[in-house]
Amino acid sequence: MAGTEEPGDARGGPDWEGVRLHVVSGKGGTGKTTVAAALALALAAEGRRTLLIEVEGRQGIAELFGISALPYEERKVAAVATGRFGPPSRARGTGSGTGEVFALAIDTEQALLEYLDMFYKLGRAGKALQKVGFVDFATTIAPGVRDVLLTGKACEAARRKGPDGRRAYDAVVMDAPPTGRLTRFLNVNSEVAGLARFGPIYSQAQAVMGVLKSPETAVHLVTLLEEMPVQETVDGFTELRAAGLPVGGVMVNMVRPPVLDAAAVAAAHGDHREEVALALVEAGLGGRSRTAATRRAAVEPLLDPLLDQAREHAERVTLEHEQRADLAELGLPSYELPLLSGGVDLGGLYRLAGELKAQGAA
Amino acid sequence: MTSERDLSVDRLIDDPRTRIIVCCGSGGVGKTTTAAAIGLRAAERGRRTVVLTIDPARRLAQSMGLTELDNTPRPVKGAAGPDGPGELHAMMLDMKRTFDEVVIAHADPERAKAILENPFYQSLSAGFAGTQEYMAMEKLGQLRATGTWDLIVVDTPPSRSALDFLDAPSRLGSFLDGRIIRVLMAPAKVGGRGAMKFLNVGVGMVTGTLGKIFGSQLLTDLQTFVAAMDSMFGGFRERADRTYQLLKAEGTAFLVVAAPERDALREAAYFVDRLAADEMPLAGLVLNRVHGTGAPQLTAERAHAAAQSLEENGADHESEQAEADVLAAGLLRLHAERMEVMVRERRTRDRFVSVYPDVPIVEVPALAGDVHDLDGLRQIGRRLSGTDDD
Repeated sequence: MAGTEEPGDARGGPDWEGVRLHVVSGKGGTGKTTVAAALALALAAEGRRTLLIEVEGRQGIAELFGISALPYEERKVAAVATGRFGPPSRARGTGSGTGEVFALAIDTEQALLEYLDMFYKLGRAGKALQKVGFVDFATTIAPGVRDVLLTGKACEAARRKGPDGRRAYDAVVMDAPPTGRLTRFLNVNSEVAGLARFGPIYSQAQAVMGVLKSPETAVHLVTLLEEMPVQETVDGFTELRAAGLPVGGVMVNMVRPPVLDAAAVAAAHGDHREEVALALVEAGLGGRSRTAATRRAAVEPLLDPLLDQAREHAERVTLEHEQRADLAELGLPSYELPLLSGGVDLGGLYRLAGELKAQGAA
Repeated sequence: MTSERDLSVDRLIDDPRTRIIVCCGSGGVGKTTTAAAIGLRAAERGRRTVVLTIDPARRLAQSMGLTELDNTPRPVKGAAGPDGPGELHAMMLDMKRTFDEVVIAHADPERAKAILENPFYQSLSAGFAGTQEYMAMEKLGQLRATGTWDLIVVDTPPSRSALDFLDAPSRLGSFLDGRIIRVLMAPAKVGGRGAMKFLNVGVGMVTGTLGKIFGSQLLTDLQTFVAAMDSMFGGFRERADRTYQLLKAEGTAFLVVAAPERDALREAAYFVDRLAADEMPLAGLVLNRVHGTGAPQLTAERAHAAAQSLEENGADHESEQAEADVLAAGLLRLHAERMEVMVRERRTRDRFVSVYPDVPIVEVPALAGDVHDLDGLRQIGRRLSGTDDD
């Protein structure tokens, strides 16, 4: 829900203009991969090019886009026609042509070898390292080193420039580990600082940290309107702030429309039970008997279940209201994505992207 | 639904031969809540039970009176009556402390101190993605060894790698036998930088390259760490092997927890396959948050049609009945939505059943809100055992 306090509204452009690296995290089960993918699509509108990065080796992106497992290679996974998500925003103006989403599933081992080769031109020594199982060892024994590689790859892509001097990608979206491990994952500097106070790994961590803490990065958290995910989201933003990482927006996923409010339900339970029964009879649910009493009796078994369901619904709506209030206290831009009945397919993904775009997230 | 396909949680926890119940599944499906509810129910049915949770949500932890992460089982107040034989203890895993304790138990004080202070150890014990899984199993082994409890309910970490503990023995093994360890140990052991003929790799070349990458201080730390840990690895592997055998043994039951959604059940299928591959005893699938209705006779289609006719005729009435019509239409729309959810859940569940016809299933009806106290856990327990009439 785009509130009035959002920076995007004030400027008339999207909320995250200038952000190159979008980190998307959330509690398990909140659909963070889906939201990350939708954001990458939304950001690719108006002829832009985005890269969606996956770091946990689950092949969730391939699953979402309905393609075979992604190799460790940037691959085009989707195109976004101009005007797909409504008219181009005036703030940008320049957008034309087809937008493109690329995807990359980072393989830690290959990323390490690539990194070593890039910086050290190891040649034979690199082969020797591989032979003795160094890669496995290094990523096992020093998780900070692994995280530097993963975040380092995302930062590199966000800053990469083509031969023409322009950015290779307008935006990079990283589907990051869940909230519980997020700060540790992003805070590579302090993780590695315990191990190395100088030397190449240390410099690399410093460089990565420089990008992550810059205004070019935003960390978004995905949540549901339920107590545990909201609590984890609030805690997550607190942790990010404490670590000096740039907080982004709240992505509220799987939002269900309220059909009835609590007041209506209370009314139904109170004096209006009989009127509701009559309404059901009138709607034809009492059968075709000529006697009104028979029709009235026929809807009786429906009344309690329907009212119980309404009460559960009202409880949920009240609970969601409380969760929204807790999230609002964060004072961050917030976006709501509808629950797609029947799960998320490619069409659903574009729909979510459209929502993000309409609400100013891209 | 045939009865032999139904999972009976009560039969499982009432059977004195059941000594360990491991709850696994992907994040966000209510795994920790399920573990806690099973523990409470078992205690109140007479078992001396301990629940080992990994990373419980704050409110759930509070509902069991767990206020701090202190790595020790604490009695849960208000669980099980004072007269009955049953009791409930609960604890949260402190992975670093568990790791520290293992080190202290396996090394002489001087060596233990060197390990605990080593930066590589500190990084590994606090952050390694597999450490949590491994330490959960270590703790399980410890709890079992004390013999204090006759039932241990274990929650597993919320990740795809939740079953990584099954790999712990072999992973430790390959780690130990890894060439890199021998290369790193070589200078310390032979006191020189000779070529390791069996590897056909120059030790100097490898350590030199590592020094170039990490910086020489880091390399020295690494070598110190490996040397210090080397003496302990044997003990580690032995313990991991023992816990692995414990999991396979009679008396252990795995419960895969899921929600009736496509992604969660796909993960559940992965867990079921993985357990089968390791010949781990699967007791069944707990399907959480399943929706039901008291009016199954009213289909979504009829409810929608009835709602529509009420909405269209609403204007014909005087105000009081018109209000009731709007309300009734809302109730019918809600019901239609509920029926659609149920159809979808049923389809997802049936797809799982057709692939895994032999896996017993228990469906747990959805609660409107989260669990805040023992009564909430009791209610889940009743729902797990199919004795809740609410």
